[in-house]
Amino acid sequence: MYTEETLRHFKNPHNYGRLKNPDGIGKVGNLNCGDVMWLYIKIGQNKKGEEIIKDIKFETFGCVAALATSSVVTDLAKGRTIGQALKIGKSEIIKPLHNLPPLKIHCSVLAADALHEAIYDYLSKNRKMIPDELKKNHQRLIKEKEIIEERYKEWVGVEERLHRRS
Amino acid sequence: MKKKVKRIYLDYAATTPVDPRVMKAMQPYFTKDFGNTMSLHSFGQKAKEALEESRQEIANLINADRKEIIFTASATESNNLALKGVAAANKEKGKHIIISTIEHTCIIESAKWLEKEGFAITRLPVDQDGMINPEVVRQAIKPETILISIIHASNEIGTIQPIEEIGKICRAKGVYFHTDASQSFGKIPLDAKKMNIDLLTASSHKIYGPKGAALLYIRQGIKIEPLIHGGGQEFGLRSSTINLPAIVGFTEAAKLCREEMTKETRRLTALRDELIKNVIQTIKGVHLNGHPQKRLANNINFWFEFIEGESLVYSLNELGVAVSTGSACSSAKLEPSHVLLAIGLKPHQAHGSLRISLGRWTTGKEIEYFLKVIPLAVEKLRGISPFKKN
Repeated sequence: MYTEETLRHFKNPHNYGRLKNPDGIGKVGNLNCGDVMWLYIKIGQNKKGEEIIKDIKFETFGCVAALATSSVVTDLAKGRTIGQALKIGKSEIIKPLHNLPPLKIHCSVLAADALHEAIYDYLSKNRKMIPDELKKNHQRLIKEKEIIEERYKEWVGVEERLHRRS
Repeated sequence: MKKKVKRIYLDYAATTPVDPRVMKAMQPYFTKDFGNTMSLHSFGQKAKEALEESRQEIANLINADRKEIIFTASATESNNLALKGVAAANKEKGKHIIISTIEHTCIIESAKWLEKEGFAITRLPVDQDGMINPEVVRQAIKPETILISIIHASNEIGTIQPIEEIGKICRAKGVYFHTDASQSFGKIPLDAKKMNIDLLTASSHKIYGPKGAALLYIRQGIKIEPLIHGGGQEFGLRSSTINLPAIVGFTEAAKLCREEMTKETRRLTALRDELIKNVIQTIKGVHLNGHPQKRLANNINFWFEFIEGESLVYSLNELGVAVSTGSACSSAKLEPSHVLLAIGLKPHQAHGSLRISLGRWTTGKEIEYFLKVIPLAVEKLRGISPFKKN
């Protein structure tokens, strides 16, 4: 089901753990859906004075694909300027894994979202200009979160009614 | 030199290897006695004889008449035939069928299909151990109910249902009772007459027989329509050339299970309970799913807090241990198991489930190794997760 490359990242994920005093945190996913990613970034500057992702770490609860894509996204983003990091999307994340099962493609989207949310967090906390596309992405994630919470709220209610101990 | 990789199979509920004794029994029917049971010549008659002997022997094991056994190719097929065949033959009497919320997917999907065809389906809830209350069954029966289908032992959580009581209620109410005994046949004594069973599904590949053979017991006098029409094999209820090697193997496997049942149940129960006790003692945030006592001797199902099941399966696979999340069939889907949701687990809890199923070649040494590596796998995944448990 998974490629060798995916399993290698899963077995030995890169850059996992928590960053102390991060400049931005991206939290995406939902426990009920089975995948949660938290991504921490530290911002620095390169020689040209541009802001770059100096350090990055992740903490992920989820399936093999969730862990592997978390590992890949941190590899890709490390050292990039914010502008370059914002260009990372699902296809760039899948490439080093060679492939992901169709049902797991959403994990690569989740990993990109986590990175973008961490950047959004950094920019908004520091009252910096937020690119329109990043704003839109942030709004979309908020909306999705509401939908998921709504769906599970209803679902959990039904389930509790049905399965009270007889 | 590369170290030899350990390979420990603890997924016997998914499928089992064929017992060498079963292989031996099947052998002649591939090459020497390969005839078609429908042929008139000696080759065909030899095959026919072997088929009818198998039918008689397997009927004896569940206290049935040989004419009440029909062989099929899979438990899924048997279950489809039980539901759709009974529905088709009895729709004049009524169009209501009762199943439970913890049936195997093939029952759930067959019922869903019948629903589309105009049948009403009631899905009975279970308690937090996965038990069905026979009283709830009684109350669900309506005048138009034609069939009740309840899984004998859960393929996921191992809980064993009080089918004798349920059978009694069905018989008294004049409603057909089918039980899917795919996981219990060969592991728990079954008596179709004593248990008031009208239809029963059993499978070969779960009991060290080959894949491609199963049976449906149909009590004499039960009205049922075939799903597969053709040459009229299996009393006209399942046309198809008879897969004799598989049926002979299935029968041999069933016989061996019956002979060794008492001893094997005792052995596996001890291993199972040792494993459960140890895991719960050594790892924090682990819960047993299914009934603590009324469960299959070979089934263990846990849910681990802050662990995603698939990751745990792959981590254990790296360490040489083969286990599964919920059931093998549903592991390709993303939804949490319907059985775990039915016993009241929240989706995030169900995502953290792991099924360990023991079998004929499981040793104490293997359990020991499993107990050594499972804390490592859990610790590693929890270490990566944002939800640290202290």
